[in-house]
Amino acid sequence: MISYALFLGCTIPARQPHYEISARKALTKLGIELVDLESMTCCAPPPIQSIDLETSLAVAAYNICLAEEADLNIVTLCTGCFESLAMANTLLKENQQLKAKVNKILAEAGKEFRGSKEVRHYLQVLTNDIGLEKLKDSITRPLNNLKVASFSGCHLLRPSSLLRFDDPERPRIFDTLIEALGARSIWYKNKLRCCGGLLRGYADDVALAIARDKIVNTTNAGADCIATLCPFCFLTLDLGQMLMKSTYKEEYNMPVIHYAELLSLSLGIDPKELALNFHKVKIDKVLEKIG
Amino acid sequence: MMEHEKRGKTSTIDFIKEITRQHGGETITFCYQCGTCASSCPVAKTTDRYNPREIIRLALLGIRDEVLFGDAIWLCSSCYNCQERCPQKVEIADVIYALRNIAIREGNVPNLYAQFAAGLISEGRIVPMSKFLEKKRADYGLPPLKPAGVEQLRKILAATGFDKIQFRKGETV
Repeated sequence: MISYALFLGCTIPARQPHYEISARKALTKLGIELVDLESMTCCAPPPIQSIDLETSLAVAAYNICLAEEADLNIVTLCTGCFESLAMANTLLKENQQLKAKVNKILAEAGKEFRGSKEVRHYLQVLTNDIGLEKLKDSITRPLNNLKVASFSGCHLLRPSSLLRFDDPERPRIFDTLIEALGARSIWYKNKLRCCGGLLRGYADDVALAIARDKIVNTTNAGADCIATLCPFCFLTLDLGQMLMKSTYKEEYNMPVIHYAELLSLSLGIDPKELALNFHKVKIDKVLEKIG
Repeated sequence: MMEHEKRGKTSTIDFIKEITRQHGGETITFCYQCGTCASSCPVAKTTDRYNPREIIRLALLGIRDEVLFGDAIWLCSSCYNCQERCPQKVEIADVIYALRNIAIREGNVPNLYAQFAAGLISEGRIVPMSKFLEKKRADYGLPPLKPAGVEQLRKILAATGFDKIQFRKGETV
């Protein structure tokens, strides 16, 4: 059995149990052991990087140290956590000067970053550890050619020089994994463009206008749903549609579904076990289409 | 005495040195103003309040106050599209982080960031745990959430001086 330290981050356990439940159930069913480690903290994402980049590196490195001590690689669900931790891991492994500087800070907390572990997003676990063939063989409820507009979020792909996940301009991994479930991954305008989520709370009008673009483009492409990986993208696009209704008087009803939920459904997990009531835009149409 | 001499920090070369010494800011001087960043930017397409090319130009001209105390640097959505495409390999999104880091030390802290910092220092998390969900985890079949390593984290925040940053609320937003 392959084991990983599960890095949950802040948003998923606090706000999106439907993501955590579906990810845990699906990965466990596919034979991955998820270990919950003591004492992990926030990953130090863009808002903390905006305050102080060096602190952010040290906080990310601290969390990686916990996995090193437990002799486990890390798996993240949130793409924001993936970005913070994977960037720090690559930077510190490859820049000895920076590593020495961060280790001086970590020593205050009794930690040392050694650079002995990997930070992976769960899509990499599906692709590399489980493999497409085994994944396809495990599907008991194929998604019936559901038209899925994939939206990985920026921080799965960029900055590509440090994350090294997929081609940043022509990514295929996420779409391939959607199609493995028996769905169709459809093209839509500005597919790789940001959802604007990180501007929420500072410039809500700008954030909502950018999110609207994504909802309009996926609607025009005839998508049955948008598939997300990042809890902020999910919030921006799902709750965002409520705000579009009140701000622009526009109603789209575009279901936004985490890929882990689609995966769980296709593995035959009962929708009743998945806390699907946490969706603002109801996903009944999608469930009906899957059958 | 001239205004910039009183402030003692606004000469062009000093500001460029200040940025390039900052983690993330090292590559700013490679910019040749082609505008690939602005044309790749989802925010610049939506509002004229933000243009990454312009911020870099202003910074390289040493117009420190406009860069650090204006609204623009806070409008980057950190999507890194500009950085992927820059033909000069300017790490633009990281330069914006570097400028934000300097601005924060100068006391220009948007409210939102002060809240994130407070959450990190007190709870070790920037999104406060929902008490409702903490109680409901077992009902959903989720394991109890492991406590965050707040004590060790605070030692790190003390070592970098993060906990000493003056988060003066409400001055810019």
